[in-house]
Amino acid sequence: MSAAVLSNRWLNLSAWRNLFRDRPLVPLMGLLLVLVVVIQLADPGIVTLPWAGVIMRASVPLAILGGCQTLTMLTGGIDLSVASIASMAGFVTATFVHSPGGWVQGMAIALVAAALAGFVTGIGVGVFRVHPLIMTLAMSFVVLGFANVWQLQTVQTGAGVPAELRWLGSNTLFDIIPYSLLVFIPLTLMILLGLRRTGFGRLLFAIGDNPIAARLSGVRSWQVLIALYVLSAVLAAVAGLVISGFTNTASVSLADPYLLSSVAAAVIGGTSIMGGRGGFSGTIVGALILTVLTALLTVLGLPEPTRQIVFGSIIVVVAAAYTRVTSES
Amino acid sequence: MTAAPLIARQGPLDTVVPWARRNAWTLGLVGFLAALLVYTKLIQASYDASSLQGLAIGVLPLALAAVAQAVVVLSGGIDLSIGSMMALTSVVCATMMKGQSEQFGIGVVVIVLVLGMILGLINGALVVFTKVPDIVVTLAMSFVWAGCALLVRAAPGGGASDWLKNLVLGSVVSDWVPKSAIVLVVVVAVVWIPISRSMLGLSIYAIGSNRLAAFRCGVPVGQTKISAYALTGLFSALAGLSLTASTGIGTPVPGPYTLMSVAAVVLGGVSLAGGRGGLFGPVVAVVVLQMIRTDMTFLSIDSNYAYVAQGLILVGVVMIGSFAQMRRSRA
Repeated sequence: MSAAVLSNRWLNLSAWRNLFRDRPLVPLMGLLLVLVVVIQLADPGIVTLPWAGVIMRASVPLAILGGCQTLTMLTGGIDLSVASIASMAGFVTATFVHSPGGWVQGMAIALVAAALAGFVTGIGVGVFRVHPLIMTLAMSFVVLGFANVWQLQTVQTGAGVPAELRWLGSNTLFDIIPYSLLVFIPLTLMILLGLRRTGFGRLLFAIGDNPIAARLSGVRSWQVLIALYVLSAVLAAVAGLVISGFTNTASVSLADPYLLSSVAAAVIGGTSIMGGRGGFSGTIVGALILTVLTALLTVLGLPEPTRQIVFGSIIVVVAAAYTRVTSES
Repeated sequence: MTAAPLIARQGPLDTVVPWARRNAWTLGLVGFLAALLVYTKLIQASYDASSLQGLAIGVLPLALAAVAQAVVVLSGGIDLSIGSMMALTSVVCATMMKGQSEQFGIGVVVIVLVLGMILGLINGALVVFTKVPDIVVTLAMSFVWAGCALLVRAAPGGGASDWLKNLVLGSVVSDWVPKSAIVLVVVVAVVWIPISRSMLGLSIYAIGSNRLAAFRCGVPVGQTKISAYALTGLFSALAGLSLTASTGIGTPVPGPYTLMSVAAVVLGGVSLAGGRGGLFGPVVAVVVLQMIRTDMTFLSIDSNYAYVAQGLILVGVVMIGSFAQMRRSRA
């Protein structure tokens, strides 16, 4: 009798483990829910619909940048140029606000510049086989340098975040639904469907899972990687526009704090940095978890240093849990 | 019969040439640096011994950070928490030294070095025991160490013993030999030469070049990896000390040292895959990067192009490197 109960419990444990491995979203949503409950207990009455709107609004740019990391990490890479590209996009758009072409022209220039940066990165990674870490790091220096040069040239004309971007980044419908979802939902659908239903998405997984097998089965990795890094750079530029609207500032270092958090969001969301495993839905939940966690630590009155320490510890713990679960199969 | 005279003819050239071929990358860097120095003197006649001293003090923290990164990269890992460890050790040093006697300062330096090793040990132990990729663990730990630094000191401040400040200031023997350059060489040599000649040094290279082969040869992989991280922590602490020594205070916010150290390591001829390269190359690479920046200022080129140049050099060098490797593997 007791043996049967015991074996049953073991069965349950392995069932849990399988659940954790195959559907990481379930435990992640659980973690998010626990955090929300804890914040409600810590400050009764804080969890309201407008609060959820605030959390969503703050999570959107982080989730988009986390998407850049997710896509590149699926192929075993990483994109360290997202922050400087995002800042550059927001800044360049803002400098065109007083020009005859208007900010839309600036936005077009920023997006083209971002795509160009991504194209060069893709050539470096795909054709010349430079380590993505180095290639994107170098690209972040290049983009930052050009953004600084641009800043000196436009110092007279002045800059300001266009009202439309402020509306997009900061305003909410009925005080609940942030307008940035207008950008975010189409992007999310594109990435989710793209990863699951299109050949391009499957190629990303294939290259990350086993690059040699992918090459031997006829995948032209370099073309996939170029397309990937262009996509990642354009996504980063869009995130930069949202961030500049959200914070109502435009500077060449605006998005810097997002760089490491975006990697953290992807890792917490269950994407493996070794490639071949993960997805964007996890990253979105990861971004939400990071934002709620920040809110919780603020509510608890913990100062910024403690917040950083807790942040780091949680990343290690969650990543270790993933590694344990996935390596024991 | 014909082979005998060949062996007999072994002269100094026969030992120098293979050595030069092995260290071609570093020698090239040194040559480039020499050319840069000559060029600097040509475009700016007023470049003298004191400018050289300024250069040596300026590059000291980043050079030590690059050495720290190089050790862990040689073992096949990467440490993204170097900048945060530097900030933490620097503020601990500045906070403890403020208003204390010179002798107490010596004790503080020892404490800070031990602290650095412990930070590195924790990083390494987490990497080995959780089996999470190095890049994720050290990225997360960079948050933790930066948070600790802010807990120690919320704002820049503190002080440094006079002997520590004097250690990097000025010159020895001749005006042309900056003291901080000597400090750099001595510190790195004292720590690294005994280790590189020992079992540990060999093991670090072994697990970096082929982990599985090293394991099958009986190298304690986990232990070696943790030791490599501890050494990185030690060099980061030295870099943190040099920050305090050159500024006289401690700043709790990490500088750009983490990513710059990765760049310097790659430029210095250390393979990111591990097991190939040395510690001298990254140091030379740091000086070259700084010289390029200085020269661009002298040529009154917008200093922001220095960032662009840095990125382009990094990409160019790595592309040439991987291109050469591709050709070699094809041949």
